[in-house]
Amino acid sequence: MTSRKRKHPLRWLLYTFLSLAALGWSAPLLLAVYASLRPYDETARLGYLSLPESLTLDYYTQAWTQAELPKYYLNTLIIVIPGVILTLLLASFAAFTIARLRIPGRKTLLIVFTAGNLLPPQVLITPLYTMYTWIELPEWLSSSHSLYDSYLGLILIHVAFQFGFCTFVMANFMATIPEEINEAALVDGASVWRRYWQLTLPLCRPVIAALSTLQFTWMYNDFLWALVLMSSGDKLPVTSALNNLRGQFFTDYNLLAAGSILVALPTLIIFQLLHKQFVAGLTLGATKG
Amino acid sequence: MTIRDRLLIFVGLGLAIAADLFLIWGPTLASVGLSTTDWDGISAINVVGAENYHDLAAEYPPFWSAVTNNLLWLAFLGLVATPLGLLFAVLLDRRLRFSRVYQSALYTPVVLSLAVVGFIAQLVYSSDYGVLNAVTGLTTDWLGDPSLNIWVVMVAAAWRHIGYVMIIYLAGLKAVDPSLKEAAAIDGANEAQAFFRVVFPTLRPINVIVLVITVIEALRAFDIVYAINKGRNGLELLSVLVTENIVGEASRIGFGSAIATVLLVISLGFIVTYLTQLFREPR
Repeated sequence: MTSRKRKHPLRWLLYTFLSLAALGWSAPLLLAVYASLRPYDETARLGYLSLPESLTLDYYTQAWTQAELPKYYLNTLIIVIPGVILTLLLASFAAFTIARLRIPGRKTLLIVFTAGNLLPPQVLITPLYTMYTWIELPEWLSSSHSLYDSYLGLILIHVAFQFGFCTFVMANFMATIPEEINEAALVDGASVWRRYWQLTLPLCRPVIAALSTLQFTWMYNDFLWALVLMSSGDKLPVTSALNNLRGQFFTDYNLLAAGSILVALPTLIIFQLLHKQFVAGLTLGATKG
Repeated sequence: MTIRDRLLIFVGLGLAIAADLFLIWGPTLASVGLSTTDWDGISAINVVGAENYHDLAAEYPPFWSAVTNNLLWLAFLGLVATPLGLLFAVLLDRRLRFSRVYQSALYTPVVLSLAVVGFIAQLVYSSDYGVLNAVTGLTTDWLGDPSLNIWVVMVAAAWRHIGYVMIIYLAGLKAVDPSLKEAAAIDGANEAQAFFRVVFPTLRPINVIVLVITVIEALRAFDIVYAINKGRNGLELLSVLVTENIVGEASRIGFGSAIATVLLVISLGFIVTYLTQLFREPR
């Protein structure tokens, strides 16, 4: 009983500290929401930390229609959906050959793939940019007639940059699947494709769910690749297009706040809905197996 | 194995290897090669040896501010943000009421793009009507003052980084055998002793991963400063200088590649350390 009594004030301190931290952590986002609901001249006069005289959804309408956000959301989907699917297809097959078929040189391959994913993008972006401007594409693939300034170019670099990490995670996971499943299939004379597609992949569902949530968020949040590898303003994905809400001479930060909220919303919703998958994705690389 | 099986492996794995070589490692090596030339992307390529590196060190002031800022960024994330993330993980790794609520609040920023974090930071730090000045009564130009802005931007980056580190440590702590802590408690260790002497040493693999994430994040930092002021006036970073040489007016590919190579050498050191740790242990 005495130890219980002694612990009580400490517990109280812990709860106070955590509540303050949680409040402090949420404050910037809440502030952005608040700022986005107030007219510019009001916040310019009173500051962001003031009681509202009027609240309006005008900035959301403005960001939605004038800044044409729907178009940019669509651009993002055109890039991210094929990006995530291709990354996972490529990674799962590579992981399958490494972990289940045990091809020769598998360790070297895995090291090279994983290391590639850890590089800062800037170490390769200059030659990549030049190469993209050289590669010509037909009109139906790219309205700019080159890999530079095309959706395909962005999809390819996302896939190449992200599949290393996914391969690493999936190879680790596949290594934990009991060998017997594969052996039974071998006796049956199943083809490599059947062993990959029908026997291994269905067992990887939890990893695939976690990785697709994570990859969707990463690719959605990308700012750099589109900034360097795209030139047409109307093809930009939504995260990069946010910069357009900044005026050349004058920036209305309340409009920018509304834009930021709209851009952040899909990832926030996904995070709420697929909370478990997201956290699993982040920790998959950290905890083995 | 049938011919069809072999063909499938060849194509499937071949695509992966090709993507990795052509889009990642090829351009990385090209950066190193081009860093010894004066190429501007159009005219003929002349090899100039180490001239770019000499110019970088001797005649390009932003380079040293960028190196200093990257090191500061690394030190701040490593010595302030990462330990805080660990602290939160340790505090939350117990039976608490509202634990889910605290956790959600702390790691919500992790899902945000750093560009969005940069925009939100401007609402907080704006000199005229920002919240920080309103609360403190100051009139400081937090983002405009080149001796101050890197610090407040690092705080904004830490806002996201701390949650990231916390998630990873929470997962690591959950995997620690509870009987270890019980044994330490029976031996009379207090909570701090039990943590530092018993639990923390078992987290070694997690520590390495967190260290690498911290280093990589510090070297990759880009979006947040670019969203604030395109990485100028006190917010120079190596990543920004590389990008400026492509999207900027002057296309100095040789020179930009030299900066990229410096970045590569620093990151490879850490990547190699990490991979050795990762692949050494028997699985």
